[in-house]
Amino acid sequence: MISRRDFLQVAMATTALYGASGFGKWSRLSAQQMLTQDKLLEFDTFGNISLIHMTDIHAQLKPVYFREPSINLGVGENKGAVPHVTGAEFRKAYGIEDGSPSHYALSAGDFAALAQGYGRMGGLDRIATVIKAIRADRPDAILLDGGDTWHGSYGCYHTHGQDVVNAMGLLKPEAMTFHWEFTLGTERVLEIVNDMGFPALGQNIFDKEWDEPAEDFEPYTWFERGGAKIAVLGQAFPYMPIANPGWMFPEYSFGIREERCQEMVDEVRAAGADLVVLLSHNGFDTDKKMATQVQGIDVILSGHTHDALPEPVLVGDTIIVATGSNGKFVSRVDLDVRDGKMMGFRHKLIPIFADVIEPDAEMAAQIDADRAPFKDALEEEIGVADGLLYRRGNFNGTWDDLICDALIEEREADIALSPGVRWGPSILPGQPITREDIWNVTSMSYPNAYRTEFTGEFLHVVLEDVADNLFHPDPYFQQGGDMVRTGGLGYKIDISKPQGSRITEMTLLKTGEAIDPSKSYVVAGWASVNEGTEGPPIWDVVENHIARKGTVEVKPNTSVQVTGT
Amino acid sequence: MSLTRRDVLVWGAGSAAALSLSGLPAFATATDDAVMAFTGGADTMDGGITLTAPEIAENGNTVPIEVDAPGAVSIAVYATGNPLPGVATFNFGALAGSRSGSTRIRLAKTQEVVAVAKMEDGTFRKASATVKVTIGGCGG
Repeated sequence: MISRRDFLQVAMATTALYGASGFGKWSRLSAQQMLTQDKLLEFDTFGNISLIHMTDIHAQLKPVYFREPSINLGVGENKGAVPHVTGAEFRKAYGIEDGSPSHYALSAGDFAALAQGYGRMGGLDRIATVIKAIRADRPDAILLDGGDTWHGSYGCYHTHGQDVVNAMGLLKPEAMTFHWEFTLGTERVLEIVNDMGFPALGQNIFDKEWDEPAEDFEPYTWFERGGAKIAVLGQAFPYMPIANPGWMFPEYSFGIREERCQEMVDEVRAAGADLVVLLSHNGFDTDKKMATQVQGIDVILSGHTHDALPEPVLVGDTIIVATGSNGKFVSRVDLDVRDGKMMGFRHKLIPIFADVIEPDAEMAAQIDADRAPFKDALEEEIGVADGLLYRRGNFNGTWDDLICDALIEEREADIALSPGVRWGPSILPGQPITREDIWNVTSMSYPNAYRTEFTGEFLHVVLEDVADNLFHPDPYFQQGGDMVRTGGLGYKIDISKPQGSRITEMTLLKTGEAIDPSKSYVVAGWASVNEGTEGPPIWDVVENHIARKGTVEVKPNTSVQVTGT
Repeated sequence: MSLTRRDVLVWGAGSAAALSLSGLPAFATATDDAVMAFTGGADTMDGGITLTAPEIAENGNTVPIEVDAPGAVSIAVYATGNPLPGVATFNFGALAGSRSGSTRIRLAKTQEVVAVAKMEDGTFRKASATVKVTIGGCGG
């Protein structure tokens, strides 16, 4: 039985950091005086096992600003449930005081002002310090990487993931699962996996031709800690060949594969597992459903949807831990496992405040060595924004508005489409936009900015299709991204409707006219999953646009009207 | 276990006839008619048959499915949203060790896949699964 008392202790672990007021008015110095490394790392060691979870760092080796979403709507059974609670409601739900470090780290609202006070978050050198401290406390703590690690920056792109692999090599994770890694292509993935020295897990990674488990990836791996046998199962992102270009890894098939997951859990239980952990890249709602469908999982370490939750969510006897993204957080989960049962747990979502946590010298040197060849290119200032640039949100974000503007203007299009990915740090008002910043929100191995014609009818099909990937009431049919961003196109969406009838009143913004289903429109976009897509890489399009403008204007976006929430 | 090409063709023809009779592209009806022909009008019960299919097809042109019904003599599979819903019939001899089969099917659009098993005692079992065929999305 899980002890309820421990669960409640957990709830307040981060929120009790400090509750000072003064919201938006602190100087950097006074804000930092409220936080100390010792306080951030404070943990009352518990039980006989420690898990450390990191996930979705998207190659952000240096500290970043990263604004959490203000709109993250849940549907079906997850309507109004975490993580679909944002801003002030989120803070209320967890007892987080306005203006507190937890407000800044975990929720949207006054982001730019609080960022001035609290500074950047993340950085793998700071994470290294945290992990070393946990290991000093519990030397056999198990570090698990949930994937989306070798993707998302200029350096990662140009080294085919090697800069991140080098840095992670110093951290020494004990197992890993995958998503964007596969967009490096099969050959490169296998090259890294065969050399990295710890298991590459995915019970749902199958050989496509034979429809049987792929031999390059193991379904699970074993640990013996504190007198207990621990099985860690991997669950890679289920919809890789649909959401990303399947032609880059044609050998593999994925899927949720719930039946196989149950088989694997039964197999490890029969082999004497005292604790079963699922290292998952399913996304939070899918993990919640899987916890109800697959019996016998004690802990799900959840990634993909980038949710940061200050306490685990309990589904039956399974705890689900969500550790956020872009290096902002590390989760520590201490467990008391005895006689084949998880008797209790203690958890802390550790916020990586970059100005508070001392960088680990060895890791910092490694990161800088790999940055050195690119340093000048990375740090070149391209322009400046007059407002906050951020990405997260179900329908739009100012970074994507800027990308859509760039596509329309640079590619002379009526309408722009930009993928609803959830990675990409934020830029504060007035902060110079460097080339590195542009790559942080655009870097990928299929970056070509296409220019083509779509009929109004096809545009509607596209929007309906993507909306269903986000708002299908059954989480197993969700892909975990956000709505495709539109530029030059407005629409209404009723998220409670079924596919085909959610999107109405599509409007061409430049004329104010309704989109005509039979008429063709010039559409520019990027990140097409189709092989052979032509056009300049999106980072060039965005850089040219910002360079031409000098200062880019950040305007409120009212082009999407949402109902049915 | 044997997958008979003849049965595939027969089901195809049968459902086409149903379509032309009704004069409507009512795929559910075409499937109902095909199931009716397979069961001879007997009721179907849930349970005793497992149909494994992906929630979202990675490629609608080749969707792997698997059926398993211990004690079945025959299992028929239908794609309810295809122009011709009949997909395959697996027949099992008395000595067949496992009464399961797998194949890949083409799905024209998002639809329900239905499997019906004829059991040794003459009863029928049914299972279904929705498979979504999508044009792609955006990964987190």
